[in-house]
Amino acid sequence: MSLLALSNVTIRYGRLTAVRNVTWAITEGETLFITGPNGAGKSSLLKAIAGVVPPAGGRIDFGGRDITGQAPETIARMGLSMVPEGREVFGSLTVEENLLLGTGMHARTRGWRARAASELEAIYTTFPMLKDRRAGQAGLLSGGQQQMLVIGRALMTNPALIAIDEPSLGLAPNIIDQVYERLIALQAQRSLTLLIVEQSATRAMLVGGRMMLMRGGEVLLDGDARAMGQSEAMQSAYFGYGEH
Amino acid sequence: MAGLLQTLFDALSLGSLYALGALGIALIFGVMRLVNFAHGDVISFSVFALLWPSIDAVAVVFAGNLPWFLLVPFTLTMGAGLAVASELLVFRRFRRANPATMMIASFALGFVIRYFLLMLFSSRPKSISLLPALSQPVEVFGARIPLLQVIIIGATLLILVGLTSFLKRTRYGLEMRAAAENFTMARMLGVRANRVIMGAFALSGALAAAIGLILAAQTGTADIQMGGAVMLMAFIATVIGGLGSLPGAVLAGFLLGAASVVMQVVLPAEARVFRDAFVYGAVIVVLIWRPQGLLSARGTKERV
Repeated sequence: MSLLALSNVTIRYGRLTAVRNVTWAITEGETLFITGPNGAGKSSLLKAIAGVVPPAGGRIDFGGRDITGQAPETIARMGLSMVPEGREVFGSLTVEENLLLGTGMHARTRGWRARAASELEAIYTTFPMLKDRRAGQAGLLSGGQQQMLVIGRALMTNPALIAIDEPSLGLAPNIIDQVYERLIALQAQRSLTLLIVEQSATRAMLVGGRMMLMRGGEVLLDGDARAMGQSEAMQSAYFGYGEH
Repeated sequence: MAGLLQTLFDALSLGSLYALGALGIALIFGVMRLVNFAHGDVISFSVFALLWPSIDAVAVVFAGNLPWFLLVPFTLTMGAGLAVASELLVFRRFRRANPATMMIASFALGFVIRYFLLMLFSSRPKSISLLPALSQPVEVFGARIPLLQVIIIGATLLILVGLTSFLKRTRYGLEMRAAAENFTMARMLGVRANRVIMGAFALSGALAAAIGLILAAQTGTADIQMGGAVMLMAFIATVIGGLGSLPGAVLAGFLLGAASVVMQVVLPAEARVFRDAFVYGAVIVVLIWRPQGLLSARGTKERV
């Protein structure tokens, strides 16, 4: 059964159409990379899924419920956690406060305090350097540390699906490796569904899983990342050779 | 020495008023990017909520005679209630509008509150004696300081400490700080927009009511315009402090209060009428030096 399903989703900013009639679905436990050049509509699509930008048309279902046009907090509380582009840590809050923010949505349920504490420990085990900096201001972390923090923070909400926009943006290659290493380990541990947007397709081919290529607001290709990497269709679609 | 001490207390108590006002404005700006120009009218409303409607020159007191431990919570509740009602009835409908539209709406709301008070109480200022025991002077190191000034400063410090620990130690406070820095991201972590905004309005309204109480006790009058002057200074303080920064608002509020009182003392007698011009001149200098404010908030990003 599909966890997240988009049908005919269209997103407009004024007269500009950023995403045109996109239809796809991800099943539970799947990893989906959405790649494509700048302006392909990848980020817009994530924003629509997270409820930040209401789609101009179409329908989005998550966990069997229609979430089109719902408020971001409602969608987050249903178990869809979004890590937006540019990381968006709360710079004036401490590292631990950043992490704890994500547990607020469970604050009315029984035993949430104990669960939040054990969840925090789990995050600290995965990202030990966050523990060292727990009382420090999040704004003072390096880019790689901030990326780990926002992934940890998203995990604190105990989501079924994490959507990450450009996790490798502005990071050194060895740090990107670390981020992905953790992500993949976490996915195996928690049977997470991952939706990752990256401008470059190389990372998807390296990690494997399903890959989708967007361009001009439409999905051009959809298939196995490794297989697609070899295909010529991919090359031409990505770089736009042979267009027009 | 006594004179210096007197000036210090004057500066601190005036600064307290501006700091409380600036906090109320900064709280709302932080979560909504709204400069709430109705804030001054919430101040006036809280005072008139203690009176029966009448157009007499002497106020017909309704709740104003309550002992202080009932009077203070009552007034704070009235201020908070009006602020929450204005969010529910007015600002919520402009949530997705641009900031200019929201600001105009806040002007309109201010007029509605003011003319509502005008209708019930007329524009004539009323004499009102709130907590008369507070006008007794007390001796502090040889200087005779009105007890009220000491209480204003003490109460402001108490409010600041209380608000800080609320923001730092409670989950609600954590959510408010996060929302003030990056509202969209906070919502994507499940922080409920309505709850945070409502809390900010309630706090801001209670702060406005505290100012109303102080002004009424200090001047002994209730006037439908009484909130306006503080609102203007408080707004300037939030700008100097760095829009959206709560510590900045408090700091700038105290600085403005100090500047006003110091100008009053050091300016030659014939220039004192122009005191405010000198204060605003200093404001311009500060803004040329630091256009982003003294302690600018990091998260004054565009909200989606």
